Amino acid sequence: MSQSSSREKIWGYAAEFTTPAAITQAAKKVAAAGYRWWDCHTPFPVHGLDIAMGVKPTILPIIVFFGGLTGTLVAIFLQVFTNSLEVNLWAIVPVIGYQFEVSGKPLISGPAFVPVMFELTVLLSALTTVGSMFLLNGLPCLYHPVLKSTKLARITDDRFYIVIEARDPKFTDEATRSFLDSLGPESIEPLEP
Amino acid sequence: MSALNVDNTVDDPRQRSPLVLGHTDFASVTNEICAVNEAPKPPKLWYVTLVISACLASTLLVLVGYLVVTGVGVWGNNNPVMWGFPIVNFVFWVGIGHAGTLISAILFLFRQKWRTSINRFAEAMTIFAVICAGLFPGIHIGRVWLAYWLFPIPNQMEMWPQFRSPLLWDVFAVSTYFTVSLLFWYVGMIPDLATLRDRSNNRIKAIAYGFFSLGWRGSMRHWHRYERAYLLLAALATPLVLSVHSVVSFDFAVSQLPGWHTTIFPPYFVAGAIFSGFAMVLTLAIPARQIWGLKNFITMRHLENMNKVILLTGSMVGYAYGTEFFIAWYSGELYEKFAFINRAFGQYAWAYWIMVSCNVLSPQVFWFKRARTSIWLMFIVSIFVNIGMWFERFVIVVTSLAQDFLPSSWGYYEPTWVDTMTFVGSFGLFMTLFLLFIRFLPVLAIAEIKAVMPEADPHAHHEHDPDHDHEEGHA
Repeated sequence: MSQSSSREKIWGYAAEFTTPAAITQAAKKVAAAGYRWWDCHTPFPVHGLDIAMGVKPTILPIIVFFGGLTGTLVAIFLQVFTNSLEVNLWAIVPVIGYQFEVSGKPLISGPAFVPVMFELTVLLSALTTVGSMFLLNGLPCLYHPVLKSTKLARITDDRFYIVIEARDPKFTDEATRSFLDSLGPESIEPLEP
Repeated sequence: MSALNVDNTVDDPRQRSPLVLGHTDFASVTNEICAVNEAPKPPKLWYVTLVISACLASTLLVLVGYLVVTGVGVWGNNNPVMWGFPIVNFVFWVGIGHAGTLISAILFLFRQKWRTSINRFAEAMTIFAVICAGLFPGIHIGRVWLAYWLFPIPNQMEMWPQFRSPLLWDVFAVSTYFTVSLLFWYVGMIPDLATLRDRSNNRIKAIAYGFFSLGWRGSMRHWHRYERAYLLLAALATPLVLSVHSVVSFDFAVSQLPGWHTTIFPPYFVAGAIFSGFAMVLTLAIPARQIWGLKNFITMRHLENMNKVILLTGSMVGYAYGTEFFIAWYSGELYEKFAFINRAFGQYAWAYWIMVSCNVLSPQVFWFKRARTSIWLMFIVSIFVNIGMWFERFVIVVTSLAQDFLPSSWGYYEPTWVDTMTFVGSFGLFMTLFLLFIRFLPVLAIAEIKAVMPEADPHAHHEHDPDHDHEEGHA
């Protein structure tokens, strides 16, 4: 890492590819070479590239399950509390629901509570999905070296980049550069931090 | 690059019909779609329609103000027809929204790749339609300033909403629906906003698109979670969209009124909602693809597919009309029988027959491929379906209320000019939002369209014979 002190400022190298097939082949080699702090940047999700990179399946669905469960429980609590409950916690916290007596129906009417339970489950699951996706992805991201480079603006258009970061234990200026060169990219860009 | 003369409506089992015409590289796709937003000036027609729409939207605002100041007496609602135009319009607009979610969520789960060209559009339509829909129950409660009573908010009166009422389920269903649709729409748009950000040529655009694209940089590690999140949202939105119109139908079906108190209502409402929504997508997509030159993306095949959905759902709606009559007769219920005979031959027979001819008869032309691929015919049918589906809600709401059990309490409902103009104004609001969307946001899902092109397949090799491009593409 400290081989070239003159170029310590480098954040990483970006290698440019023009087709999904090319970047998929190259990504397999980068993963096999044992790099860990690296990424592919693509205009659209390239089918199978995450597997080629060795990205582990995300835990997002598990988080969402608990988000949904929270929604169901909130809905049950909300409906039972507001429509039937009457608790006086030590005469300090009076918790009083509004007890509607309609056609002699029970105050806790299970079937009638289902629609709201369903809706809140979906609502909280959806909010959890989007919220955790942003959180896990570190979005919103105010600054990133990949965004700084104007050459890499075509990531959102038609170019595919492999970026290896300087903080990777295997990163050395010359070796990484020549390794990327061996993958047959269109060009290689050094990235400033 | 033009390939407009290519007929991609042919079904040849040996090869997939192209969904994107005239493009073989990603950059030209980006350029062509972004041109809608990046043109220095939008077409003249855009200004004309925006001015008209904005005027109508202002009319809506003024009339809502008039209503708040004066009271619901300005409407034609009377006793017994307590639910007039506001509820008809509410159900109409919520229904329109359903096609957007169907296209974006259900077709996504079914891996229908043709959805990519129309989903952004349709989702935007959903959101604007639900905004219009949400307005009506809000103003219909009479004392608008107490609309917050609809929500379970702790208050000094120690009063809570009644959770056993379908009207409250509706509050939860529609607000959840709006939130989830908005999330779905926005999450889908982030990569495309990033595209517009990276192409922006002035500071204001760069900041605005940059702000909303959240610093998206197309990282594959991000895409991985993003795709999973998108799939989860689709899986959540699918039962949600089916539930929303079911809950709307409960507003009717849970009551005791003849003509409303039927178990067929939930599926019948959902089919009708999808039917009306697809018609609205066509009504908007046909002029838009013409004016902004998006024919390479919204191809004849897309339109034909939508026409097939319209034919299917239209026939389902027609079948439901028939079933209602059969059950009314078969049940032997005097009131139920009367309600349906009265619908078809009573004082609102004109509305009933407008509904039947627009909804059941007009889509039947789509049995023929010539009709499914004729721009003018499908545009006309889509307008008919919009009209018919509005009348369906009118028939359901008004006929059952106007003549219920007791002849002494019968009445006749007529809208006032305020009713009519509020409804027309809601179209103004809808169109204003839609026109602004077309101008300032990515109209088509750019990243998704690129992903369904044959060139996006990582197993395709450019040097190869094109016939072998897909040999290992899909397991």
